[in-house]
Amino acid sequence: MPAPPVRPVVSAPVLTIENFSVDYLVNPVVHAVKNVSLTLRRGEVLGLAGESGCGKSTLAYGIVRLLKPPAVIVSGRAVFHSREGIEIDWNLLRAEELRATRWDKISMVFQGAMNSLNPVISIRDQLEDVFTTHRPEMGRRERRRRCAELLERVGVDPARLRAYPHELSGGMRQRVMIAMAMALEPQVMIMDEPTTALDVVVQREILREITRLRDELGFAVIFITHDLPLLLEISDRIAVMRAGEVVEFGDALSLYTDPQHDYTKQLLASFPSLTGERGSFVRGGMDERLLALDAVRLDDPDAGSTA
Amino acid sequence: MTTLTAEHLVKNYHLRRGLRGGTLRAVDDVSFTLEPGRTVALVGQSGSGKSTIAKLLLQLERPTAGRILVDGKPVQRRGGGLRRYRRTVQMVFQDPFASLNPYHTVEHHLERPIRLHHPKLASDEVHRRVLHLLERVRLTPAENVAARRPHQLSGGQRQRVAIARALAPGPGVLIADEPVSMLDVSIRLGVLNLLATLQREEDLGLLYITHDLATARHFADEILVMYRGRIVERGDADEVILRPQHEYTKTLAAAAPNPERRLSELRGG
Repeated sequence: MPAPPVRPVVSAPVLTIENFSVDYLVNPVVHAVKNVSLTLRRGEVLGLAGESGCGKSTLAYGIVRLLKPPAVIVSGRAVFHSREGIEIDWNLLRAEELRATRWDKISMVFQGAMNSLNPVISIRDQLEDVFTTHRPEMGRRERRRRCAELLERVGVDPARLRAYPHELSGGMRQRVMIAMAMALEPQVMIMDEPTTALDVVVQREILREITRLRDELGFAVIFITHDLPLLLEISDRIAVMRAGEVVEFGDALSLYTDPQHDYTKQLLASFPSLTGERGSFVRGGMDERLLALDAVRLDDPDAGSTA
Repeated sequence: MTTLTAEHLVKNYHLRRGLRGGTLRAVDDVSFTLEPGRTVALVGQSGSGKSTIAKLLLQLERPTAGRILVDGKPVQRRGGGLRRYRRTVQMVFQDPFASLNPYHTVEHHLERPIRLHHPKLASDEVHRRVLHLLERVRLTPAENVAARRPHQLSGGQRQRVAIARALAPGPGVLIADEPVSMLDVSIRLGVLNLLATLQREEDLGLLYITHDLATARHFADEILVMYRGRIVERGDADEVILRPQHEYTKTLAAAAPNPERRLSELRGG
């Protein structure tokens, strides 16, 4: 394998996001992401936590410039620092360069990605497509070997290359997507709720796989989810987003033990503890404060319609 | 007050593999009792047979063997007996985005079960009941909410409409299949807290189907752990989670996110 086996120096940044803002140009304008600045260090797992509608997915799509109108990036930039020391400002890339750089330097696994496999094309053809597009010089035999390797790496039997998506379980399809995202050995992977649709046992296996591969290949991960306990387990650092802003950003341990922002405290308190006492109030009396968080808003009847 | 008993339930599905057929035993000899005021959690991973049990209880599937008893009497499969049963056993589904019809108002969703199960009620009495149901699930102002369509509510609010709908016929048993797994985390406990409150008020028997061990432990009195159609472990909620006996329960407990474990590692290292 050409991948560097050593764990890279954690301090060097691989992706810098500066004052990033995204608006949805609808009436009235929605400021979905407001002045977000984050630094992703080489080889780290950065957790991005927040609830539906907070702008975390918009930010992810914005970084790799996959936003569709009416969404526009109104300010800021995302700069990629390659291993060779070259800086790439994603906002300045032209369409063709963007197509070549995406997936090669930064790849993505989105929520429900397992359903984006083409149902009438075999797994092998879909994996090979990545290589024929980005590595046209690669020979057929080499391509096939790499595809088999990729599947093996994510724990799927290479014999399944001949299978079609419907012949695989949800967990296996999601692994295929992760394999596809790793095909070109990108330096950054953005994962948006990659395991949310899967059950706990499968989720645990895939998370283990991601952490192992990160250690092996040294890529950095932006892991987006609303599941804070999960983030606390796998991330080095965590950013908490609310209403388009990062309200708190720090390492996992201090965020958990010493949260500063009220929203972070509220999020932490909303998870019942598996083995501790936290959560036992559920069976207690009615606590109206809990539902006050989700009160009906009269000013804006369409407020609940975020995706 | 209703007691629902499942006795030695078995459900086989026939599979077709080319010319040969096979049998999948989705539920294998499952027995339990839902008593008024008590919550039983059914936990297990996808495909373990949890939702098949819900379908059997709702009479959407016919068991291959075993039987379901309401207050000691077998369920009638047709006519008035089945209608009475449907009034008694109600369901809250997982996905509040799919379980409400986007074309209809909240009022329509709540009005239908009331009219179906109480056909003689006058319109203004039906409307009064709709508002009362909304108030009970804390969706206020009720008049305002009743006139809305599902897309004008958040996921949590929609799920509360679904709970109100399930309560509309005046059931004795509620089956909730992953009722909070699609909701934002900050409101999950609020919805569970509401369910527990309504349960106490109505003395409902509640079957809580989930893969989330942490909420199962706090929300339920008794936990049944399912694996491949069988109940491999059962007992008092705290007992099952804190002192799991079966290998599979241990696997499930190990797979559940548990930040305390990681943090003790971080502190140690």
